[in-house]
Amino acid sequence: MSSMKPDRRGFLKRSAALAGLAVGAIPFASRKAFASVTPGLVLGQADTKLNVTPDEPTIDDLLYGGRSSYEKTISIHSINSPEGLRTLTPLQDSIGIITPSGLHYLVQGDKHIPNINPAEHSLIIHGMVDRPTVFTMDDIKRLPSVSEVHWIECTGNSGLQWYKALLQNKKAGRTDGSVIQGVHGRLSCSEWTGVRLSTLLNLVGVKKGASWVIAEAGDSIHHAKSIPLAKAGDDTMLAYGQNGEALRREQGYPLRLHTPGFQGVCNVKFLRSLKVTDEPYYMQREISAYTNTKPNGMSSWYESQQGPRSLITFPSDAHKLSGAGTYEISGIAWCGRGKIARVEITADAGKTWKDASLQQPIFSKAWTRFRMPWDWNGTETVIGSRTTNEYGEIQSTVEGLAKLWGDDFNPPIPAADVLHWWETAPISSFLNNPIQLWKVKPDGSVFDATYVKYLPNPYYPS
Amino acid sequence: MRLTSSICRIRITRVSRNFLLPVVALLACGAAMAQTPDYKVGRPPTAEELHTWDNLVGAKGKELPIGSGSAVEGAPVFAAKCAMCHGQDGQGGVPSEFGFTYPRLVGGVGSLNTPKPVFTPGSRMPYATTIFDYIQRAMPVWPMPRNLTPDNVYALTAFILYKNGIIKETDSMNKATLVEVQMPNRHGFYPDPPQAEPNDKDGTWLPLWEHGPDWKPTTKPGDKWYGPPMAAPK
Repeated sequence: MSSMKPDRRGFLKRSAALAGLAVGAIPFASRKAFASVTPGLVLGQADTKLNVTPDEPTIDDLLYGGRSSYEKTISIHSINSPEGLRTLTPLQDSIGIITPSGLHYLVQGDKHIPNINPAEHSLIIHGMVDRPTVFTMDDIKRLPSVSEVHWIECTGNSGLQWYKALLQNKKAGRTDGSVIQGVHGRLSCSEWTGVRLSTLLNLVGVKKGASWVIAEAGDSIHHAKSIPLAKAGDDTMLAYGQNGEALRREQGYPLRLHTPGFQGVCNVKFLRSLKVTDEPYYMQREISAYTNTKPNGMSSWYESQQGPRSLITFPSDAHKLSGAGTYEISGIAWCGRGKIARVEITADAGKTWKDASLQQPIFSKAWTRFRMPWDWNGTETVIGSRTTNEYGEIQSTVEGLAKLWGDDFNPPIPAADVLHWWETAPISSFLNNPIQLWKVKPDGSVFDATYVKYLPNPYYPS
Repeated sequence: MRLTSSICRIRITRVSRNFLLPVVALLACGAAMAQTPDYKVGRPPTAEELHTWDNLVGAKGKELPIGSGSAVEGAPVFAAKCAMCHGQDGQGGVPSEFGFTYPRLVGGVGSLNTPKPVFTPGSRMPYATTIFDYIQRAMPVWPMPRNLTPDNVYALTAFILYKNGIIKETDSMNKATLVEVQMPNRHGFYPDPPQAEPNDKDGTWLPLWEHGPDWKPTTKPGDKWYGPPMAAPK
């Protein structure tokens, strides 16, 4: 759009292009008929509405359309995080259950996004297989495909460290951060299209005794991750499509591993190599992070599946209510296995819970949108949601997680130590799924009421 | 196409995922599978391709290259190529443009069960091969990854191990010695070995998540549990 300056020559060119559209694309439509099918057009204003304005898209712009210039929602940078490129999805503006590809969160382990020519890209499957094989992208696209809606979530999403980073950013004067985006924004949901990995494993023939697959990326750090063969042969897919088009470059173009319900780090982008083995390979991103260290020093590892989670996306701390009245509470629920069966909402700080309605269709391991009308009387209150999956597993509170995860061998850690348990979050508390509470103030502003319990927020009004 | 027993298991699993399909469809599916489709895809890799892409190093070290190096040889390489981010002695703390500090590589051994655990390769990694592997394929970071020779990588690995007090300064690391290094946190992870199969066998493993009164320790076909392991049932 930057090329469109309101100069006369461009105006004429664009007018010609518009005429070309009317005459070429709709050969029998006169200008009058064209106007008459434009809904909402007010007579008398018609001419000004149809005039070419400085931001009028050309036909060439429309060959890959863009959004209205009034729509401003974008991802934000994540700083105070380890090396790499990271962007956070604006969940507060999420609509339905699909994240636009351009707003999908990004956690890239280095500062470089490869730009791979698919004609030169290939996938090698080797190790404990009968026939080590190189597949081109054409080969992969020739095989039977599948499309499924699944979320992907960073393993460290919603950790206490992101809340700390948010406070640091506020201290440094940044105003773009919110808990819903800055703490929870490593989460997105797309329709993924690709080939089941089991299809290719059957073609190459897996040797007896194999139990793991080591996936390796073609990016600058060769990100690598061990995946259990049982998962690789289940619903894992080699994805080349996202939301009706090819993967975006930053999402692993032209090919990525997609492991539904598993932590984000397993979804290896720019996939170049799969090695079938009889053991995990203890890669850096399986050992020095992505494990849960307990107070006794022991760490549980290769924990992959996200538990049941839900999050109210409206209202959240990125919103301000305009006054008392009825609002629709809306949010998303998701789980690492099975379907979401139930979402309950409290509007009185947990004293009572009511069932929200769930938007159909509900897919396994996909976002489920929930909604409930809510009459707000304008007084201070706390709202929150909790979900149950089809197995009857329930989303926990922070205290519940600490009790469950604190120490598998010793008695549960005492309440006083919950903060310590959570504070080691940068490398020891992954797969967080605590209930997120929002405090609504009488002036309509909304604040986090979960994290502030453990770390005081100086920017939080008392 | 020859099917190994492992692949047969996968096939059965995949079929059982479709538990909602009528039995008729399953039978038809079975009949279709008898006639193996021939997609004519794929080709054998060249020796060079196999060499290039078979470089990840597991705990057994089968993929380790020929070469060797000690901490003495690693020190100048570290000073030239690593210290600008990880500090002169691997102590970390160098600020990055992203507003955090680069990872510390040294210290923390024995601190993991204290109120202030320090996570470094020395205090945390169960196998020395992981250090070698990560340096070899990812360090230094963009735009200079993988410009180290195998001797450099062995020497840098030895330098980090030495600085953590795990080996002697003159100990030479190579394909034979690296896999013999005993890391302090070798037995700090569980389950060991990591689980390769889900915990869905008749509820012998409890799910990690809280559950309601109607919950039963069973799973449905096709939705296996790979979640964080729980304490073994009492």
